[in-house]
Amino acid sequence: MGWIKPLKKLLYALPAPAFWLGVWQACACLVDRHVGGRGNELLLPYPVSVWNALVSMIGTGDFWAVVLASLGRIALGLGAGIVLGAMLALLTCASPWAERLLAPAIRVVRAAPVASFILLVLLWTGRNRVPAVISAMMVLPVVWDSLCRGIQSIDPKRLELARVYRFSRWKTLWLIGLPSLRPHILSALTNAAGLAWKSGVAAEVLCLPEPSLGQRIYYTKYYLDIPELFAWTAATVTLSMALERLLRTGLARWGRGWDG
Amino acid sequence: MILCKDLTVRFGDKRVLDRFSLQIPDRGVIALSGPSGCGKTTLLRILAGLQKPQGGTVEGAAPRETALLFQDDRLLPWRTVEQHLTDVLPKGCRDVVPGLLELAELTGEEKTRPAALSGGMGRRLALARCLALPARLYLLDEPFAGVDLPRALRILERLKALPAPVLLVSHEPNLLARADTVIELDGPPLQFRSHHV
Repeated sequence: MGWIKPLKKLLYALPAPAFWLGVWQACACLVDRHVGGRGNELLLPYPVSVWNALVSMIGTGDFWAVVLASLGRIALGLGAGIVLGAMLALLTCASPWAERLLAPAIRVVRAAPVASFILLVLLWTGRNRVPAVISAMMVLPVVWDSLCRGIQSIDPKRLELARVYRFSRWKTLWLIGLPSLRPHILSALTNAAGLAWKSGVAAEVLCLPEPSLGQRIYYTKYYLDIPELFAWTAATVTLSMALERLLRTGLARWGRGWDG
Repeated sequence: MILCKDLTVRFGDKRVLDRFSLQIPDRGVIALSGPSGCGKTTLLRILAGLQKPQGGTVEGAAPRETALLFQDDRLLPWRTVEQHLTDVLPKGCRDVVPGLLELAELTGEEKTRPAALSGGMGRRLALARCLALPARLYLLDEPFAGVDLPRALRILERLKALPAPVLLVSHEPNLLARADTVIELDGPPLQFRSHHV
């Protein structure tokens, strides 16, 4: 009876997407009724039109080239943002001077509109590097903030234990620091992955690197191909969710068994 | 011989140790007993180098040559019983793990994590980890809290055979009766009430 558990899981997960698909279908019907003609193709396509557009795209080699190119740029930006954010968080917590110097700058980066940065980075680096740089810039403050709070909340008794038991710095980081930071790392990485996709694709839409998801989304607007706009958006959302799920699964494995 | 001489510690106006002196022999279990808050833990923390005294000296064992068992277990939920010991042992000394597990009566629990241990087992693991650290002086703050008495007495007998002295805080009369030396303390400030060998 090994199929009962997956079936139960499916039945639990299915109602919400089914409900929203129903809402979408109902709204598309309303639009069809009021606008008529090509209204659905221009304003709100039916789910089945989007599905057909997506299926026809997935079958081409071009789709996968676009997906892989965007994935590569955004993953590079995500990785760079995580590494830089973690290093700056360590520096911030190690020195009050670094904290005074870095905290305002990182808060400015977090608060400034992403479009301003996209245009600036476009001028500085050229269009192909913008998505990765923007993803890194958006990820960095999230990782920095989450890890700073995590480092400050490490149990001082455990650090005292490391001192008394003569752990080296690396051993303290490996045996006490990283496991203590696990929930903060988990939250930082999952938030960062979503943010990297959003900002990376937004940068692609504005800078049009070749090939990219953002460029294809931009062309759909240009040719008013709304079912394809929905299909590219669906592909972007799916990739973002898959990346987030991958990170979550990997980190959940890391913490398995700690609670007994 | 380890010699604590004229140790003085004040927390604000409160004198916890006031020119307190103590001689610790080279071997055996020395039990410290006294009311809560009289300064026993502070004395252990000074010997472990976690608390700097405002006055006095310790001769014969530098803080880096001591091993302290904290009053709370401070186990790491993500490490197994065996890893708790290997994390502390010097490189190339893994062969002493079975002996330490036997001393703490934890044989067979090598792969267990702290969440799956009872309170007494957790305490014994913390004790084994402390003993895994090579030291000239072992400082054990209530090592048998939560450990059943027959087992605690068996482990105490094994502690007597260690090559370094063990300074142990306990309130359990049956354990005190089996120690090599019992020092009854009072305070604060910490002072001797009686001394039995």
